[in-house]
Amino acid sequence: MEIPENVKKRLSLPAEEYFYAGHTACQGCAAALGLRYVLKAYKNKVIFTIPACCSTIIAGPWPYSTFGAPLFHTAFETTGAVIGGIEAALKAKGYKVKGEDGIMVVGWAGDGGTADIGLQALSGFLERGHDGLYIMYDNEAYMNTGIQRSSSTPQGAWTTNTPGGKKHFLEQRPKKKVIDIVIAHKIPYAATASVAYPEDFMRKLKKAQETPGPSFIQLFAPCPTGWRSPTDKSIELAKLAVQTAYFPLFEYENGKYKINMPSPNKEPKPLEEFLKLQGRFKYMNKEDMEILQEWVLREWDELKKKAEMFK
Amino acid sequence: MKKVISGNYAAAYAAKHARVEVVAAYPITPQTSIIEKISEFIANGEVENLQYVPVESEHSAMAACIGASATGARAFTATSAQGLALMHEMLHWASGARLPIVMVDVNRAMAPPWSVWDDQTDSLAQRDTGWLQFYAENNQEVYDGVLMAFKIAEHKKVNLPVMVIESAFILSHTYDVVDMPPQEEIDEFLPPREPLYTLTDFDNPIAVGALGTPSDYYEFRYKIAKAMENAKEVIKEVGKEFGERFGRDYSKMIEFYKTEDADFVFMGMGSLMGTVKEAVDLLRKEGYKVGAAKVRWFRPFPREELYELAKNVQGIAVLDRNFSFGQEGILFNEAKGVLYNTDAKPVMKNYIVGLGGRDFTVKDVKVIADNMKAIIEKGELDREIEWYGLKR
Ligand SMILES: Cc1ncc(C[n+]2csc(CCOP(=O)(O)OP(=O)(O)O)c2C)c(N)n1
Ligand code: SF4
Repeated sequence: MEIPENVKKRLSLPAEEYFYAGHTACQGCAAALGLRYVLKAYKNKVIFTIPACCSTIIAGPWPYSTFGAPLFHTAFETTGAVIGGIEAALKAKGYKVKGEDGIMVVGWAGDGGTADIGLQALSGFLERGHDGLYIMYDNEAYMNTGIQRSSSTPQGAWTTNTPGGKKHFLEQRPKKKVIDIVIAHKIPYAATASVAYPEDFMRKLKKAQETPGPSFIQLFAPCPTGWRSPTDKSIELAKLAVQTAYFPLFEYENGKYKINMPSPNKEPKPLEEFLKLQGRFKYMNKEDMEILQEWVLREWDELKKKAEMFK
Repeated sequence: MKKVISGNYAAAYAAKHARVEVVAAYPITPQTSIIEKISEFIANGEVENLQYVPVESEHSAMAACIGASATGARAFTATSAQGLALMHEMLHWASGARLPIVMVDVNRAMAPPWSVWDDQTDSLAQRDTGWLQFYAENNQEVYDGVLMAFKIAEHKKVNLPVMVIESAFILSHTYDVVDMPPQEEIDEFLPPREPLYTLTDFDNPIAVGALGTPSDYYEFRYKIAKAMENAKEVIKEVGKEFGERFGRDYSKMIEFYKTEDADFVFMGMGSLMGTVKEAVDLLRKEGYKVGAAKVRWFRPFPREELYELAKNVQGIAVLDRNFSFGQEGILFNEAKGVLYNTDAKPVMKNYIVGLGGRDFTVKDVKVIADNMKAIIEKGELDREIEWYGLKR
């Protein structure tokens, strides 16, 4: 459909669509939305690699693809290595990689495929300095296999292998800070982003395109199925995660941290507003909630200090 | 050009002469000198457009080769034993995505206990991954094998990955004369790769490796099976062309050595067949009518050639430097399986030899020859499987 000029002017995001209708994501899936933005940002000059995860299914079964760009489906733990190989081949063959008119090599993996089984390959990709972008879409559990915990699942959350119940077997450990591990590699560009703030996300995708070397974006992506949340609340949840400082937006660029608005200016909103919309937190008792709230504020404080110190 | 080089250097030179574009690799003894040599080529400016990716594991080495090959590049890697085992999952990925990657595996025993010596179980454990497997007898065959492997792998009727296998230390670190044709002649034999598909076609983007539902998966598998069958013809063609161009003929998937009038033959793979051929010469002088059948290609398996051989001999001594626990030697198992529905019924005995680098010499072949002779004369097997030379 041709978009009228007056409407086009009001749109701050590119009007072209490269993520086509017919994908098989659940209603309200933020990961699908994220894919749509990445494709908008890079048009069709992008080669995608997707490991085993919900997005394998979202992209469509053979012979279909909802992507208007080349896509290589790969094994669960190999995203970092495969995009490294693609980048090497492009260079051997004389293609321009990254930059305004270059090819973007993008790995798109879930939190499980990044924080757990794929961490080693991610580290290799970052450490070797490949010109590519790794996006971890963080829905905070293994959704594709039916909602099991990952190391990115927050403390106190219900999953199918950390179920609630008499013995109170909820997730016992705090959410792994993958982005801190990434930053420890001293790469040129790393950032967090959220589907609730597409302009901010698009700006970060552009940054990743312009910055030579490896870039990393951790994208917060609510999953109504796994979070036991209403399908029309995904954007609201993603917003609340930022406003409560549960998932603040920031960038790490050449050794400097920068907190991006709309992360809270002064006091974050109470975490409870974020928790209460989700069934996965319903087994938490008061003490669990306090533990999680404390963790959020401590981490937020630490981030603010880093932003201050490495200004 | 003739050069005295190790089997590993032969592999590295072959990769260079094949003009590989991406090498992703991880060190493991006794493979390491292959990738070291390739790094030297780069450091000395002897190769153009070769991207070397020093990955953090063999699993990633294969994954990176897969990414590179899917992008249209000629990709190469090398490994051994534990490294190959770690790649296992990705070996399926390479064949399933129909990527003509070539890898050298330096046959090394699997731990525990730790061992760095020769044993074929590492590569044979990968036999169902959809990779073609070529077993080299000497350094020259390592070199020739890699060059042929690319041509066969990239043939449009095949499009499958190929493993070229050499034995730990016996070849990998032993120096021997290797004859290498001039680069121009190699370029004629092996032109640049023309990929079946690439990820760089942005006007017609494709998705590779997506979910294959029960309505399609079966056919995908069948196409790989078909490509493996096609590979037999391609192997023979390429082997013949190689012979015409460079004087070393590989048109047979099994090399038959003095088998025409043989009463019985020794069958095996890899470097141990060099020893066997020497023993055959000596035994013939002593009046034994023996020959050797060196299986060059284990995948696809040369069923037809084996049948032809079996029709004309009374016995086959299968020498396996490998073992499948709970069953028998792997080559023995395969060879027997081929002959079951045929009229050829030679006596077959399985000798397990030289696991983990245990010496296997001409003398041993003679002992086995006497044993086989007695079996044939009596018309009765003493036992089907013998762990030859076991200490207890
Ligand atoms: C080696 C291996 N182990 C296990 C699996 C099964 N598996 C497929 S997807 C998946 C979970 C993916 O979780 P995540 O990366 O968080 O992505 P999501 O499904 O949440 O989108 C698992 C465990 C696999 N494909 N490969
Ligand atoms: S389970 Fe969650 S992440 Fe997966 S498709 Fe559904 S909403 Fe998206």
